[in-house]
Amino acid sequence: MSAFIDFLGGLSLLAGSAFLLFGGLGLVRMPDIFNRIQAGTKTTTLGTLLTLLGAAMLHPEWSLKLLLIGVFLIFTNPLSSQVTACTAHYRGIKKSSLTKVDRLADDESESMEKSVSKNPDSEHKDKEEAEL
Amino acid sequence: MVDLLIILAAILAGGAFLFALWRFLLGPTRLDRVVAFDVLTIVSITFIVFAALIEKRGIYLDVALVYALLSFLGVIAIARYLGDRF
Repeated sequence: MSAFIDFLGGLSLLAGSAFLLFGGLGLVRMPDIFNRIQAGTKTTTLGTLLTLLGAAMLHPEWSLKLLLIGVFLIFTNPLSSQVTACTAHYRGIKKSSLTKVDRLADDESESMEKSVSKNPDSEHKDKEEAEL
Repeated sequence: MVDLLIILAAILAGGAFLFALWRFLLGPTRLDRVVAFDVLTIVSITFIVFAALIEKRGIYLDVALVYALLSFLGVIAIARYLGDRF
């Protein structure tokens, strides 16, 4: 039974490293920085979590530290990728022609329209306040 | 058997490290290098876990713990420095 769990742990290590390898391959092959962020963050998160799971199967006495490492990775990895993607968007780095969806640009155009439509009201209020 | 699997997995992670290093060296923009650096740090955490597994010393995991806590700060600092809007 113990040997079987060890074998499962080794397979989990191998699967995690394969995910890391595919993440690196996507980092090289993707046409665009946004796609590179996607490929480089999601796959490496899953790959590292699978590797930690495999290490916890091989050495059950380490599982608390491995769980802590996994929790820190889950907290910090999306944060860094989100900040990088935001910076890339605001610096105006061009998307490739294969990238279709940009929700942040859609939201910005919507909020611009709303602010334009709200502008007369606010000016009116300002005038009222000035008259008062 | 398990040792062979660990070494094979370490070789695959080394391939991921080389791919990320390639993108780091020839990324067209600076943010591409930042993304590649992010991937490099995460793969380094995996390497530290592999070192702990091969040497069978659990104390190495403390290094991975501190590195997982602090490595993303460099990425966030560089990304916020490059973006003027924040």
